[in-house]
Amino acid sequence: MQVTFKIQRYNPETDSQPHWEDYQLDVEPKDRILDALLDIKRTIDGTLTFRYSCAHGVCGSDAMMINGINRLACQTLVQDLKADTIKVAPIKGMDVLKDLVTDFDPFFEHLEEVKPYLINDELPPSRERHQSIEERERFDDTTKCIMCGICTTACPSFWTNGEYIGPAAFVNAHRFIFDSRDEGAQERLEVLNDKDGVWRCHTIFNCTDACPREINVTQAIAELKNAITFT
Amino acid sequence: MVHQFDVVIVGAGGAGLRAALEASKTANVAVLSKLYPVRSHTGAAQGGMSAALGNHEEDHWKWHMYDTVKGSDYLGDQDAIEILCRDAVDAVIEMEHFGLPFSRTEDGKIAQRPFGGHTRNYGEKAVRRACYAADRTGHMILHTLFEQCMKQHVRFFNEFHVADVIIEDNVCKGVVAIEIKTGEIHVFHAKAVLFATGGYGRAFKITSNAHAYTGDGMAIVFRRGVPLEDMEFVQFHPTGLRKLGVLITEGARGEGGILRNNEGERFMEKYAPSIKDLAPRDMVSRAIYQEVQEGRGINGEDYVLLDLTHLGSEVLEEKLPDISFFTRTYLGIEPADEPIPVQPTCHYAMGGIPTNVDGQVVYDSDNTPVTGLYAAGESACVSVHGANRLGTNSLLDLVVYGRRSGRHIAKFVQNAEFSAMPEAPATDLEERIRWIKESDGDESPEEIRTELQREMMDNVSVFRSKETLTKMQSILADLKERFQNISIMDKGSFFNTDLLDAIELGYLLDFSSAIVESALARQESRGAHYREDFQDRDDENWLKHSLAYLDDEGNISMDYKPVVITEFQPKERKY
Ligand SMILES: Cc1cc2nc3c(=O)[nH]c(=O)nc-3n(C[C@H](O)[C@H](O)[C@H](O)COP(=O)(O)OP(=O)(O)OC[C@H]3O[C@@H](n4cnc5c(N)ncnc54)[C@H](O)[C@@H]3O)c2cc1C
Ligand code: FES
Repeated sequence: MQVTFKIQRYNPETDSQPHWEDYQLDVEPKDRILDALLDIKRTIDGTLTFRYSCAHGVCGSDAMMINGINRLACQTLVQDLKADTIKVAPIKGMDVLKDLVTDFDPFFEHLEEVKPYLINDELPPSRERHQSIEERERFDDTTKCIMCGICTTACPSFWTNGEYIGPAAFVNAHRFIFDSRDEGAQERLEVLNDKDGVWRCHTIFNCTDACPREINVTQAIAELKNAITFT
Repeated sequence: MVHQFDVVIVGAGGAGLRAALEASKTANVAVLSKLYPVRSHTGAAQGGMSAALGNHEEDHWKWHMYDTVKGSDYLGDQDAIEILCRDAVDAVIEMEHFGLPFSRTEDGKIAQRPFGGHTRNYGEKAVRRACYAADRTGHMILHTLFEQCMKQHVRFFNEFHVADVIIEDNVCKGVVAIEIKTGEIHVFHAKAVLFATGGYGRAFKITSNAHAYTGDGMAIVFRRGVPLEDMEFVQFHPTGLRKLGVLITEGARGEGGILRNNEGERFMEKYAPSIKDLAPRDMVSRAIYQEVQEGRGINGEDYVLLDLTHLGSEVLEEKLPDISFFTRTYLGIEPADEPIPVQPTCHYAMGGIPTNVDGQVVYDSDNTPVTGLYAAGESACVSVHGANRLGTNSLLDLVVYGRRSGRHIAKFVQNAEFSAMPEAPATDLEERIRWIKESDGDESPEEIRTELQREMMDNVSVFRSKETLTKMQSILADLKERFQNISIMDKGSFFNTDLLDAIELGYLLDFSSAIVESALARQESRGAHYREDFQDRDDENWLKHSLAYLDDEGNISMDYKPVVITEFQPKERKY
């Protein structure tokens, strides 16, 4: 089938402003949007620039806004969109480096603020620490995060304030705070309680709706808010 | 720009990060990666990481060692395999201590599942040895190691594409890299360099590997005179999603999944009566091809079915949630209701940059090290996987040999001095970039890449012969010539992925020749290397590792080195 791709382009070396370009492409309904973009890049316009790697939704490279919604290009099929014009733009709220490529450095810096690593100063036993199936299940949902940036850049609070730590960092804080082996909850909750922390979340659910890993982000944030209130 | 670090690690997947964690305890380390670390393909690994923890049933590292030696079709070096299996227990426990969220047993220990080729008591029956976190074990390993590096303030240079290594008089002095964002060239002067750049599946049409898997590290050192070892051994995983190549973990068969042909027959019963669907990958992939060739593919086509319907939706959701998601997303198939169409997919490079058990790169048949040059992970060949890797042994290889390399490097740089860099270390790379940008021939890199991938799949995959390999030789010669006449469209500096693609295509062409020449030379069938014209294993002549060397004219010559055999004498490999 014939599809028109409308892609937002920006080359920092030549453009002062982003602009849109159209590409006509023959695609199969089951093609991934990533396949189509690669096809454009490799056969029509080699200057088109975007990130990608795994091609099946596990590395988090190719978050972009496709027909108005944040998605992974490799996890979205042409047929899912039910449209003959497909608009592709970079995710919002991050600086655009070129075309669909945005600057992730601040995103990773925010992540680091919530200390997303196991904190436990006790000498570990000679074998594995024990954890029950239920304790492990408690934080299972938030272990799935691939740091693609989709949730954070789908959030209006982030668009208005880039200092907002953002849902992705909350998800990663949650993953440790509710891990029975971890002892860093207090220090993380202090960060989350900051003016740029969880209280800026207005439960709009954009993050949960958009998460390509189907993490219930809003639920995780609610649990963090509770943990701050009741500890 | 010129930087100076004691240690430069190229690659931020499992192997690179594990080494960085170790080396940066005492040394000044920089990690360079063309992807953000969490984008590395270690994150795609699903099924598990083996260690004889014995959490469900009796198990011993010796049994693990035996299985690995046998799985390797006796080509793995037994000293290296002993270290792998012995250190496994401690290395996996350490990952738990780092915070890795393993799935758990009823009594709170690390959960383990059966996997292909892993058995109890020297082949008796399948054993539960693969430590897992649902079907996203690699994701958890990658994230856990990245978290620990963050905690330890490891210095990262993200989106730096390394494109050259400086080796003079057998001493490695550093690397040259392109900062992707700006196009600026950076020289990294180091006492030690570790390559951990992963595999090369993108030389083949159907693959489970990421687009970034273009064998960079292997090609870069190969061009600088370091040989590549055992390149003819390319693993095809039996269960890739049809046409897409996306992997369905062997863990699916570990949990009870069954392969069926067009008659609904469980055909693995014929090929491996004792462990059936859990036979090693080379055997299962060949069995699928054979079924297809004999007309028992589904609808007469080139695929079979992986049946998980009897596992029930609860087991699928709990133990195999991601693969269920993949089949749903890409094929519209609910694995609890319908079997999954699968075909062999290019999966893993057994061969690579030759190293000793401390990760030092060795360049000849006497195993002489290149001073200051190291390799680990899939880009390296220790060799623990020999002619065929067992599932779950690669993730293990990353943590065991990543750690050992990191330790050796830390010790080495303490006493080593920086050796003087050549005058203009970046010239060659600058010249290569200038050439690619200015070249205005009429060949399209895309056409060359597609043809390479298709032809490698047809001629150098599960079945090979003198005929297919010599055909591939001349195709490669032609493609290389055409590569001299390419033109790219993006002539800019910033984030020029058009340029990087062309650079990577150059790598694909170079190491593919190493695969083809090594495969043509080896006149026997062993593990993943199956020659239709030499169908038997020939220990008398071929129980040895291949070393392929590239000379300045672009010709490849072969040399060989002996296999280290300690405990287990080669026997016929039956399951
Ligand atoms: C789908 C899939 C499932 C798997 N499942 C399992 C499993 O269950 N168990 C198991 O044991 N094994 C499994 N494997 C194999 C295993 O995951 C890989 O072999 C292993 O993760 C490779 O790790 P690595 O650290 O060597 O490389 P990677 O994790 O791939 O890292 C390579 C790194 O090198 C960097 N890099 C590459 N080229 C350059 C360059 N030119 N310049 C700078 N940086 C560069 C990349 O950015 C990346 O950071 C699986 C493999 C696949 C594909
Ligand atoms: S390319 Fe990896 S998530 Fe899409």
